[in-house]
Order: sequence, then C-alpha cells, then structure tokens
Amino acid sequence: MTTTPAHSDPARSDPESSGGASTERLTFWEEATRWTLSVDHKKLGLMYIAAGLVFFLIGGVEAAFMRLQLMKADAGIIDPETFNQLFTMHGTTMVFLVGMPILLGFGNYLIPLMVGARDMAFPRLNAFGFWLFIFGGILLYFSYIGSQGLYGAPSAPDVGWFAYAPLTSRTFSRGNSTDYWILGILVSGFGSMTTAINFIATILCMRCPGMKLMRMPMIAWMMLVVAGLVLVAIPVLTAAQAMLLLDRSLGAHFFDPETQGSAVLWQHLFWFFGHPEVYILILPAFGFVSEILPVFSRKAIFGYSLMVAATVGIGFIALGVWAHHMFVIGMGPVLDSFFAAATFLISVPTGIKIFNWIGTMWGGRLRFATPMLFVTGFIAMFVIGGLTGIMLATVPMDWQLSDSYFVVGHFHYVLFGGTVFGIFGAIFYWFPKATGRMLDDKLGKWTFWLLFIGFTLTFMPMHVSGVLGMPRRVYTYEADRGFELWNMISTIGVPVQMAGILVFLWNVVRSLRKGEIAGNDPWDAWTLEWATTSPPPEWNFDRVPTVTSARPLWDLKNPEDPDAHYE
Amino acid sequence: MRTMSNEASVVMSATTTMPSRAKVGMASLIFMESAFFAAFLVTYLYYIGKSPDGPQPLDCLELGPVLFNSACLIASSVTVVFAVKSLARGAVGAFRLWMVVTILLGLEFLVGTGIEWRGLIEGKGLTLQSNAFGTTYYALVGFHAFHVAIGLLMLFGMLLLSLCGCINPKRDHMRVDIATWYWHFVDVVWIFVFTLVYIIGKVPQGGSL
Repeated sequence: MTTTPAHSDPARSDPESSGGASTERLTFWEEATRWTLSVDHKKLGLMYIAAGLVFFLIGGVEAAFMRLQLMKADAGIIDPETFNQLFTMHGTTMVFLVGMPILLGFGNYLIPLMVGARDMAFPRLNAFGFWLFIFGGILLYFSYIGSQGLYGAPSAPDVGWFAYAPLTSRTFSRGNSTDYWILGILVSGFGSMTTAINFIATILCMRCPGMKLMRMPMIAWMMLVVAGLVLVAIPVLTAAQAMLLLDRSLGAHFFDPETQGSAVLWQHLFWFFGHPEVYILILPAFGFVSEILPVFSRKAIFGYSLMVAATVGIGFIALGVWAHHMFVIGMGPVLDSFFAAATFLISVPTGIKIFNWIGTMWGGRLRFATPMLFVTGFIAMFVIGGLTGIMLATVPMDWQLSDSYFVVGHFHYVLFGGTVFGIFGAIFYWFPKATGRMLDDKLGKWTFWLLFIGFTLTFMPMHVSGVLGMPRRVYTYEADRGFELWNMISTIGVPVQMAGILVFLWNVVRSLRKGEIAGNDPWDAWTLEWATTSPPPEWNFDRVPTVTSARPLWDLKNPEDPDAHYE
Repeated sequence: MRTMSNEASVVMSATTTMPSRAKVGMASLIFMESAFFAAFLVTYLYYIGKSPDGPQPLDCLELGPVLFNSACLIASSVTVVFAVKSLARGAVGAFRLWMVVTILLGLEFLVGTGIEWRGLIEGKGLTLQSNAFGTTYYALVGFHAFHVAIGLLMLFGMLLLSLCGCINPKRDHMRVDIATWYWHFVDVVWIFVFTLVYIIGKVPQGGSL
C-alpha cells in the first residue's frame, strides 16, 4: 500500500491549514484555557476519550483489587463493605464513565469529519454535554470523601451498578452514598442525552453535498441508531432515578415493598434502560469494525445495505428484550417466552453483521496491523460472548446460571472483548488522524497479545466457576467448593492485562513526541476524514467536499474506476 | 493524492436538501421527553388500584376545576399558533399580544394546579407519602407542571426578546415556531396525563383495571 506524507501535498503548504499546532507556542495555561473553552467537536471528542481512559484506569484498579481478594478462598485482604463499593464503582464507572464517554467521544470526533461537516449541529450544546459528564463523574467519585455511609464515615455507593430495590431504600442504605450514585449518573445522563440530540441533528442535517444516507460511513449509521437508543433509554433511567430520589428524600413509595411499592418495577424500568444501554455500548464498536476491517482487507464492506438494515433492526429489537435480565423473578411462562424469543431474534441481525464482516475479509488482501488485530480479536471474542448470551436467553439455563460468574464471564466477553477491543482498534486506527503521528506498531502488537492473553486468562475461567455455582458479588468463598483453581487463573490474567495497558500508555506518550509522521492518509483509507490534514484544521475542510459514492477517497484515487459507476 | 477540496468541482451530484437542524434538534428533544413521561405514565398505570389504604382517586379527584385548567392549557396551544402566524405576517404587536395571552393561560394552569394540590393536601390529606396513589399522582402531575414551567420560561423569554426588539419577524419566525413546538408537546402530554389520572385511574377502592 502507498502512504502519502503530508509535506508532499502542495495544497497543504499553508501553515494555517495544519491546525495551527506548529505555528505558535502556547504556555500550559493558555493551552488549557483553549481546551476548556473549546466548542470544537474534535477537541471535545479527544477530551471525552482522554477522560474516559482516565476513568478506565480507575475502574481497572478497582477490578484488580477485587481479583486480588478472590484469588484464593478466605483471602481476607478486602473487607465485605469495601468489596461492595468496589464492584459498584467498577460497574458504574465502566458503563457510564468509560464506555459511554469514549464511544460518544469517537462519535464527536468522527461524525462531522466523516459526513463532511465543519462541526456538530450544536457546538455549544456539545461542550455543555461534555462538562456535564465530567461533573457527574467527579460527583460520583466525590462520594469517597464527601458522603456519609452506613456508619457515618465516607463511603462510595455500595448497591451494585443496577442498584436493585429495596437495597436502595433508606432502611437498607443509610447515609447518602446511594444519592451520590443517583445524582452522579443522572447528571452525566443529561450529558449523554444532549450529545445524542447533537448526533442525530448532525447526521441528518449537516452532511456534505452528495452524502446521501446510504452513502454514509457505517459508523455514522451506527451512531445514528445509538443516539436514537440513548433518546429512548436514558430518559427512562432518569425517570427511575428521579422516583428513587423521591423515595429516599421525600418519603415516596415507588420501590419500597414495605409500603406498597414494587421492587420489580425498578427492575423493569432499570433494564428498559439497561439493555438498550448494552447496544449503546456495542454498536459504536460495530462501527469501528465496519470501518477498519474493509481498509485492512482492501475490499469494500460486504453487504452495506444489509449492514444498515441489521443495525436499524438491532436498534428496534433492543427495546424489547430487557426482561431477559429478570427471568428469575417469576414473571410466568408467557413473559419468559416472549423475552427469550425476542432475545433469540436479536441474534439474527447481529449474526448478519458477523457474516458480513467475514465476507469482507474473505478473499481480501489482509494486512494485520494493530487496528486489524484488535478488530479480528473483537469478532472472535464477541462471537463467544454472543453465544453465551444465547445460552443465558434460554430460560431454564438462565435459572441455573443467573447471578453466577457465568454471567460475569458472558458480559465481559461482549463488553471487554467486544467494546474495549473495538475501542483499542479505533485508537490505533485514528490516533494518526488526531495527532499527526503513528502509534508504534510493534508496541501495539505487544498490547494486543498481552490484552488478549490476559483477557482470556481472566474471563474464560469465570464461565467454569459460574457453572460450578459461584455467585457473583461475593467477597469470598469457601475452600472446598472447587472454585479456587478457576479464580486463581482469573487473577493471574490481571497483571498480564495491566502490562498490556502499560505498554499502551508508554506507546501513546512516546508516539506523541517521536512517533512516525502519519501524513493525511496513512492507511490508504476511503472515508472523508482521511481527505483532510492530520490533525485536521479547526474547520475540518478548507472547502466542503462533494461525494459521489460511499467511498469518496477511492473515487479520488481511482478516477478510472470510481465506485460511483456501480451505484 | 489530490485533496478532496481540489476535486470538489469534478463530479457534482444532485445536491440533496438537508432538513433544518433546529427542527431535528427540537424533535429529538421532544422524543426524549416523551420517553421520560412514558416511564411516569406506565408507573402510574402500574399502581392504579394498588393503594389498599389512605386517600383514593375516586374520593380525591374532582373533574370541575381540572377541566377548566385543561381548557386553559389547550386554549394556550391555539393562541400560541395565532402568535406565530402573526409574527410570520410581520405583525409584531399582535405577536406580543397573543404571547401575553398564551403566558397568562399557562400561568392559570400552574396556579390552578397549585390550588388543586392545596385542596388535596389540606382537604383530603393526600401527600406524596400517603400511599402509592399519592406518590404516583404528585410525581406525574408535578413533573408535568415542571415542564409547563419550563415552557412558560421559553415563551416569556421570547416575549422579552420581542419587547427589546431582538426578534426580527422575517429572520426569526421559524425559530419562534420551532420553540413553540415544545409548548404543544407539553399540552399533548397533559392530554395523556389527564386521561390516565382523571378518567382511567378513578377506579373504586381496592379495584384494579
């Protein structure tokens, strides 16, 4: 493949169009002020991703402590109260402060570039959403010093990330650590909703000439569906949290069974948010795969329109599967069957995607650079997680496995093996665009293999300990239950993963300073973001581009055989 | 490789007209708010007839005052259309007049709700803490009233902008129109709330749907 160094491009010799990065020296405070006050979608996107990565490290350390405690039976390293806080904060952090912001950050960074716009539809609303997210995250973590827990001492929330009633009632959750959980997530939820509105308005209204809906990059489609899901799901969580707040603060009776409230109602409302949320976290990663895979297979994506249809289908079905989280509460055969069937149904469009990705790779000239490695790993991990998901959707199996470590293994396969691998692939793929420098490929491959091996060591044995009957969220277990070996292997995987993350951080720090200069289009890709400089100027494109097919840069590079001829 | 901008003129395809981002943004906001209210409506529906003791809907809720309040709110949706139409014609005076009428009607709804609540609290002893009915009633009607208040602030803001001469009929009448969508939305939500609370929800004590 051919790479195009930026300096060989005569149209870009003007220093102004290189984003102004190299022309002026700013002091640290000037730079910080510029970023803080910025409404530029690229700066906000990068800040989302950076903040998400910081929370990722925090959530990872919390998980490492849990694994340390569970390494052997009766380890006695962490007391039960702290353990409850650890799994609550780990789950809440990873879903709301890592997954959402990083994926929304990528959406922010990429959508305008990919659809050929100069910014989002509502730039100031965009900044507002970002700062709400930051504020919500800080509020949640402020509970460690600012809240009053069970015995009056500061305590992080300890009710689990889905905060089941009646555990959250005043009776069982004294003090105000649960209120920190409610308010922190409520505030960052407002941020997500404003961002979703922005995504929809940008994708529908800001496309460049010729960018028809069916010519948009897959990632734009995925983000459009994600934004729709956010608009349906997050308000329901907000409503449920408002009810919980009324219960706790003003003595209302929404969820307290002692006073005619219904604990099951909380589960319904929470999972009506919670299951679409799973697709909010995975669909953008599907988008990353659908962008990266074709470029490294040197083929257009297989079955574009079917891919779009499958995405929209997932979006709709995702709204009708939530109660498969609740098979063990005794809903009765009719509801059980409905939600099991709906869950099986959603595996159809998901399977279509898997086959389309394989079809894209089929017969392609595959090049396993780091992004491609992560994306291929994604497909393998996600298929495993998807298959255990189908097992869990089978009601009798779920009765056996619900709330066991099997479930923990399952959702880490889709959320870590899926979403996080997708995110790493995306970071390696778009880092050159955002910074102008490549991430080191050799270190990247180290990161991939360390993460892949560590991940498998940690999460594969959880399926076994789960089938053997180990419940999730226990701070310890007895020695004679047959759990010890599997837990030991799980814990051994943790330092391997940490090594992978450290290599990645070193890679970022090093490449920012002396990484290979990327040029505009280091991967020989086909979407619009590679048509502008790396990093792009604040206005993205000197002249708003006009596109004639789904792969505008292919058309440019191959004027003798443009895609437009086949549309 | 040549850059996109150099190529822009080579192949022009038919320029598609994009929808207005203000419209799409407001529609998304309304969609999102609908999901929020749907959660409260479903919760209200779920708890109908599930309050074994304490004040009951049949004893507490009277149709008379709330019908008058509802009529005011629905009328305000009509007057705000007159306001927008006036602005589109360039009749700024008529616009201001209809906005004042709309705001007064909206205020009447809020004050009427306040009076109704005072009667419920002092007369019938129904509070948020009484029972499931009290909890869901005040939450649903209260959150709706809260959104009416937000809508009123928007209307009031537009009136102030108009009074200080910041609204140019030609340039801004579409913006004003889109902003009033929110007011219509609040109105439509009330029709759902009213039907559920004051008609469907008035089942006899201990009964269910």
